[in-house]
Amino acid sequence: MADQFAPLLHAYFDNELDLVHSLELEEHLKRCPDCAQELWSYQTLRKSFRDANLYHRAPEGLEARIRAALPKEPRVVEMPRRRFLNWAAVAAAIAVLLVITWRSLPRPQTDFLAQEVVASHIRSLQPGHLLDVQSSDQHTVKPWFDGKIDFAPPVKDFVEEGFPLVGGRLDYIDHRPAAALVYQRNKHFINVYVWPESEQRVKEQRVTALEGYNIVFWERGGMYFCAVSDLNTGELGQLVHLFQ
Amino acid sequence: MPHLDAAHNLARWLVRNPADAQDIVQEAYLRAYKFFSGFQGGDPRAWLLKIVRNTSYSFLEKNKPASLTDEFDEKVHVTETGAGNAESEAVRSGETRLLHEALEHLPANFREILILRELEGLSYKEIAEVVNVPIGTVMSSLARGRERLREVLLRVREKEGLRDG
Repeated sequence: MADQFAPLLHAYFDNELDLVHSLELEEHLKRCPDCAQELWSYQTLRKSFRDANLYHRAPEGLEARIRAALPKEPRVVEMPRRRFLNWAAVAAAIAVLLVITWRSLPRPQTDFLAQEVVASHIRSLQPGHLLDVQSSDQHTVKPWFDGKIDFAPPVKDFVEEGFPLVGGRLDYIDHRPAAALVYQRNKHFINVYVWPESEQRVKEQRVTALEGYNIVFWERGGMYFCAVSDLNTGELGQLVHLFQ
Repeated sequence: MPHLDAAHNLARWLVRNPADAQDIVQEAYLRAYKFFSGFQGGDPRAWLLKIVRNTSYSFLEKNKPASLTDEFDEKVHVTETGAGNAESEAVRSGETRLLHEALEHLPANFREILILRELEGLSYKEIAEVVNVPIGTVMSSLARGRERLREVLLRVREKEGLRDG
């Protein structure tokens, strides 16, 4: 077992390792039977976890018990006191209020667009998927999209600002073809997706994170933009700023 | 009620007793309700599980301090398990029971991280939030936890083999 790979092996196994290290590790696994064996044993362990039915679901009745124990006074909204309003109704109202409040919170797991771009970003980092046209020249990349999509994405190289353009790719986001511009920052790749705006999407800039990737959405000149990367939000924000 | 299964699963594995787990989940939900104004965005599930975890540890410190310091894994007490969960012991068999036993014998800090990762499917970032440690610590704890679990599993199996033979 090569020690320097031990912790990385877990991150790789848990899908938490960045592209560069993943590729390095995959190379290493081909040559190191000990590490390969180690990885295999974790896969077996995970399978046992799934097969063993170790999950303790909440027993029946626990939910009712908690509802009954919730405070009898509403905290957020002042409710008019009426005689026929019995305690059970009040408790039920609070429970409903609790659920509604919870549901109305922003939930990353239901952010389908973010899920879509992260999935696309990860797929693009797999060998041979990143680029359809490889060029740092914006005058090569921009015409390449002509005839392939029905809009003209703004293609710019920001090499002087530390974000060299690596190339472009055709992708499919938000139920329509999108242009993917690929930038590089040190060893990190950034996908900037561009597609024409539609009525359903909010126009405000939005920053979110999913599965360890940072995502920024914004709108400009009738186009939607979305930058995805494992780069930190500060540097990703610099690139977004350059676009704006 | 949101995330009730996740909350119960974590509490149940931390305190290793069905009745205590239910009490803890109830208390945690009441606390979550009471301190909801302190919720500053982020992942609501991670926030709730953090409260469940804190409630579980407060309970253990107060009622079973030994379980927090016992290095169970160093000397496997196979025969001691099952004291509080005869109800589920009957339906389990073979490998399933061994894994269950091995997991219960892991120190709490490794056990909780394995539960959150393998049973709840949380990302390193979410685990880091629940357990309140840096992401690097999540990674190294998972590494050590998995190694320990494998060792314990091996020893439980050996002991089991002796018992059968």
